[in-house]
Amino acid sequence: MSEYTFGNPEVVEEECDILLIGGGMAACGAAFEIMKWAEGTGLNIKLVDKAAMDRSGAVAQGLSAINTYMGENDPAEYVRYVRGDLMGITREDLVYDVGRHVDDAVHNFEDWGLPIWKQKGDEGKKLRDGGKPVRSGRWQIMINGESYKWIVAEAAKKALGVENIRERIFIVRLFTDKNDPSRVSGCAGFSVRENKIYIYRFKTCLLVAGGAVNVFRPRSVGEGTGRAWYPVWNAGSTYAMAAECGAEMTLMENRFVPARFKDGYGPVGAWFLLFKAKAMNAFGEDYQEKNYELLKDNGYDRYAMGYAMGTCLRNHLMMIEMREGRGPIFMDTPSAMAKLAETMTPREIKHLEAEAWEDFLDMTIGQCGVWAGENIEPDKEMSELMPTEPYLLGSHAGCAGLWCSGPEDLPGTPDHYHWGYNRMTTVNGLFTGGDGVGASGHKFSSGSFTEGRIAAKSMVQYCKDHPDIQPELPMSTDEIVEEIYRPVRTFLEHKDYTTAIDINPHYITPKMLQFRLQKIMDEYVAGVSTWYQTNRQMLEVAEKKMVMLKEDSLKMRAKDLHELLRAWENYHRIIAAEAHMQHIKFRKETRYPGYYYRADFRDINDEEWKCFVNSRYDRNTGEWELKKVKWKPLIAVGEKEPEGMKHMGPDL
Amino acid sequence: MPTYVRTDKCDGCKGQDKTACMYICPHDLMKLDKDGSETGHAMKAWNQEPEQCWECYSCVKICPQQAIECRHYADVVPLGAQVQPLRGTDSIMWTIKFRNGNMKRFKFPIRTTPEGSADPYGDKPEADTSDLTNHSRLFTDGTHSCDMSQFMAS
Repeated sequence: MSEYTFGNPEVVEEECDILLIGGGMAACGAAFEIMKWAEGTGLNIKLVDKAAMDRSGAVAQGLSAINTYMGENDPAEYVRYVRGDLMGITREDLVYDVGRHVDDAVHNFEDWGLPIWKQKGDEGKKLRDGGKPVRSGRWQIMINGESYKWIVAEAAKKALGVENIRERIFIVRLFTDKNDPSRVSGCAGFSVRENKIYIYRFKTCLLVAGGAVNVFRPRSVGEGTGRAWYPVWNAGSTYAMAAECGAEMTLMENRFVPARFKDGYGPVGAWFLLFKAKAMNAFGEDYQEKNYELLKDNGYDRYAMGYAMGTCLRNHLMMIEMREGRGPIFMDTPSAMAKLAETMTPREIKHLEAEAWEDFLDMTIGQCGVWAGENIEPDKEMSELMPTEPYLLGSHAGCAGLWCSGPEDLPGTPDHYHWGYNRMTTVNGLFTGGDGVGASGHKFSSGSFTEGRIAAKSMVQYCKDHPDIQPELPMSTDEIVEEIYRPVRTFLEHKDYTTAIDINPHYITPKMLQFRLQKIMDEYVAGVSTWYQTNRQMLEVAEKKMVMLKEDSLKMRAKDLHELLRAWENYHRIIAAEAHMQHIKFRKETRYPGYYYRADFRDINDEEWKCFVNSRYDRNTGEWELKKVKWKPLIAVGEKEPEGMKHMGPDL
Repeated sequence: MPTYVRTDKCDGCKGQDKTACMYICPHDLMKLDKDGSETGHAMKAWNQEPEQCWECYSCVKICPQQAIECRHYADVVPLGAQVQPLRGTDSIMWTIKFRNGNMKRFKFPIRTTPEGSADPYGDKPEADTSDLTNHSRLFTDGTHSCDMSQFMAS
């Protein structure tokens, strides 16, 4: 035991049939589903999580609502909602697939103990028995979700068996096979608790390690850096590790910029939808109404139907006000509460106030801290809204991710949407879910869990079809150890060269590397400092700086295991950021106004760009290959859908 | 927006190898200072990277000594406020203290079943292996009704 040190880690090598990489909602869904289909097969299934499953992933803090629950709605309507929000271009097969299975996930959560709000008269009646949920929107249902992740993880851990789960192992490299580069063979990572490197060989894996946060410079840069809207530990690991294996990515130009309560980034959904609050500019004007006509300027109106429009377009109308100097934008919480109070008893009002606070306390406690610190009581004082820094994700109102095979049973599905295994990427044996699956946003927590289930089932089938795979890693154990522990070696070799541990010409701290990445992305790739605008020339500058940043990433130091974690997280961030930059550069239009603007191509251009943009990264050359991929709708255009939905995009 | 550990309350989880806060923090921020060399307080935990704290309160909620609190991020929030939970087995109680001294208290349910009792499979059906390639079915057979006439190709 004592022979292993920080400079000389123990190497643990393991083999299994199926490895689940990640511990969030998608991984929990996979754990739940897979054990039933694997019964009697003898398949060896394991899970690794860089944190503790009870509180890992995007739902760690809890949630105040489940945002995807069909209930009385048909899954086809869900597809219409998703494609409307994401400006027309979605993989409708993948979205529909989530829609038809998602309610069952929620019913299971309720069985396990998640409290779900019910309408009057249905209290105590379960959803699966016809209990009517409290809706805060067409697709959302309200919950008491402080322990949402805890409850789901409890069931997932029992399903998989704790003996098959390793926590605090951060997987940082995924490998293709030595003899067949078109399929995965294993992965490697390290313990953040002990001096141990873990190397896995497997037939197939589910890579579900979340989206990417802190790629862009956040609006708060001191202690508030951590107060990102999406969890700060989502480091783009899913995108980076898959890209390095040559997996095709799709719509990586897409991003999410949520408009939230300023600084605390607390949710606005319940305020808008449940309490019917209105947002206004500095002069009390309804900027949505005021700026609506401006949508026509660049063809954005073709994706708006009255006030029903994509999240990015709502952002766009707000950003016009802020860019023109008519901020701050306020949410008029006092009027909304006063109006509701007109028809309510004091007791009901008190209950309503508690609900408003619970909306924060269940999922963004920090927002309560901001309000309490600034003496803001929502029934007395309005609160500011603000668009955040950009995030890369595939499960919320965004659709960046990997290009995945879908189900082939839905009518009209084109051949290029499926190649055999549902939720498998273009690398054989590499599956993903949740934030990892591109071109299918609005899954949220329940949909990500569902997608994990879908992928899990396919993975069992994959193993049945390929019983003879003998995975072989393309690198030797020594080479892997050398690469993974490089930041440690760099530190130990050079630390005594200077008297100040953080200032040393031979290395860069992970923190400073992150700052450099964020500065590049913010200033050139449409971050907050340019009001989300960029152009070809700015992107070219960014590209040049990124080359050097990537070179310098090999000189990151790690003074302890915690810093080794940060070093690898930031390496993943760089690859995710690079994909984002390359995609934005390739798509010569502004498809997502309010998320980002190509200032040199301000219009939406359906004739040329209503299609997917897919990319492939070559780890050896560092080159990105990008291409257009034909988009095809499956669901008929509905009466309430805007004109743009009818355009079929370019012939490809 | 960092959490902090009170020296008068933290007992280092009584000398166990890792503390509850270390176990739970999703971002690996909490650390036990065994010999006091890092903080001057031996056998107490600390937040080693406060500017990376998401303020998810996982450590605050799990601490058996209620030794962890949150001082909202100093670069943004005025001093004096505090938001503190007490998480039980079926509910959580919140005390919100405003800078001006106003207080609010809330209690919300967190689960309807006893802790540790979630049974993933319970009375749910077995997987029918003949359905392994059937995309319209997961093992629980809870697929939503589907109006196939909505498809263009139908």
